[in-house]
Amino acid sequence: MEAALGLMRRMPPSLSRTALSSLLLLLPDHSSELLSLVDQPLEVLWDEGCGKQFLLCDYNRDGDSHRSPWSNTYHPPLEDGVLPPAHLRDLEVEANEIFALYRDQYYEGGISSVYLWETDSPEGFAACFLIKKDGSRTGEGRRGLLEQGLWDAIHVIEVEKANDETTAHYCLTSTVMLSMKSATGFQGSFDLSGSITRQMEADLSLSEGHLSNMGRMIEDMESKLRNGLDQVYFGKTREMVFTLREPLDTLTATSATGQSIQHEVINDIVRSRT
Amino acid sequence: MDPLGAEEEELSDEQKIALAKWFLLKSPPGEIQYVAKDLQGVLLNDNIYQAAAQAAFPVYNKEQMLSVEMSDGSGQVIVCEDGEIDANHFIDLRTAQVATIDHIEQVCTGVRPAADSELPSAYVEEYRAAIDTEVVRYIEEAFPRGHCSVFATNGKDSDENGGFELTVVISSAKFSPKNFCNGRWRSIWKVQLHGDLQTVDLQGNIKISAHYFEEGNVQLDTAYDCKDSSIFQGPAETASAVVGIIQHHESEYLAYLEDCYSKLSDNTFKELRRKLPVTRTLFFWGNAHQMSMNRELAREISSK
Repeated sequence: MEAALGLMRRMPPSLSRTALSSLLLLLPDHSSELLSLVDQPLEVLWDEGCGKQFLLCDYNRDGDSHRSPWSNTYHPPLEDGVLPPAHLRDLEVEANEIFALYRDQYYEGGISSVYLWETDSPEGFAACFLIKKDGSRTGEGRRGLLEQGLWDAIHVIEVEKANDETTAHYCLTSTVMLSMKSATGFQGSFDLSGSITRQMEADLSLSEGHLSNMGRMIEDMESKLRNGLDQVYFGKTREMVFTLREPLDTLTATSATGQSIQHEVINDIVRSRT
Repeated sequence: MDPLGAEEEELSDEQKIALAKWFLLKSPPGEIQYVAKDLQGVLLNDNIYQAAAQAAFPVYNKEQMLSVEMSDGSGQVIVCEDGEIDANHFIDLRTAQVATIDHIEQVCTGVRPAADSELPSAYVEEYRAAIDTEVVRYIEEAFPRGHCSVFATNGKDSDENGGFELTVVISSAKFSPKNFCNGRWRSIWKVQLHGDLQTVDLQGNIKISAHYFEEGNVQLDTAYDCKDSSIFQGPAETASAVVGIIQHHESEYLAYLEDCYSKLSDNTFKELRRKLPVTRTLFFWGNAHQMSMNRELAREISSK
């Protein structure tokens, strides 16, 4: 299992689906474990009754069917599919509404789905917030900059009520997977793909309700993941490019060429003095 | 239940070998040995692993244009298609040697002098050596970790009356697993020298891969093709013109990549997710609270 996860950490993120299905073929006895440990790009189904799309994950699946958060029904239909209890379903309906607004403000499109379910802890529950966006120019990319552009975000929150009844403990695990292929006039390609996972825990007052608490945590986490990918992860690949091949025209004090020129200048000065 | 169609049926050995090969070939630069180790842990079958490794390593090494220290310490040999004599032998024209490569260990186990039949004619060699000297000069300046080689890939026995093709390959890698990053630059330049037409045609292909994997997995993959041409002159003049063109295109490409990166944060990435909503303020989650309050209120009223 450790070895399988090791492989997933090295395979190109844009090929994660192929890598995972190959591992499932090689390790049929570990399929459920693999599926729960390895995140993969989200799939979409159409809820005809509501005229809306919804996202699939393990948390809205029962057998081979998936529950739509809009109609609370299974697709394809399932007679006795598991449904959340009424109080969680109410919260789920609200969560889907508000999260769709949030998604629209940050993503200018995309699809979102939220699922809630009961956990073993008393009065506790868990929620899964999903977002998928196709930012390509044939998808919902507004600026036409990407030949291919996929973003999948998976946020799973476990909620436990504290003893004092006024606060709750939240544990958030978030994964972002993305793949960008730039649309360029240049005869070439520029592909960046990646996936990162982070965790965050917090004890928050219930004065504004679970939904605001979970929402703020997700918003904070998504900003951190986006900035991390942008500044750190992409930055590191850029650094690598310019370490492999030095930009000859722009000499810097630390580049090999810059250093050798510095040495020459210093030698010249030393020589001229002696 | 099987969302990915992974049937319970036992795979044949051939199928397992094919899957194992796929993983090895998709290894990021400098990481095939790590992938091999994990793969052995997944397969738990040495025969299948060995079969996959035997098939995949030579392809991977050539594709990556692996540069290997020659066993006699005379320099580096670049393992690539253009220098391939046979499956385990690769020529280095700078030292006029043929190196034996152990693909799985990724080392050179021996060298022998190249046979006359493996070497280009004196006429072709004059041009080849001149270009090699110029490329080495360029590499020293631009690729702190780079290695290069020039092969006679077509018409190597030509004299003044015939045309021939030289291939310039540049391979530069940085492996820094402790800092969780690895990367490789590869460029291949096909240089057609037409003595009769007095022209030189160049066709370049540049590929860069980078992998950063500290608590995550992010990979960059780029490819670029270009063409150019020059006038056929004596060896020294031709060499300086050819390498001048290579340097120019590679610098332009680097500038283009810099441009891609500079637009990434504020433009390209926005296609997926904005840093902030159009309003430039964080989302107002108070709405969520308000919404649930209203709903509860409505329910209370209707139940009264």
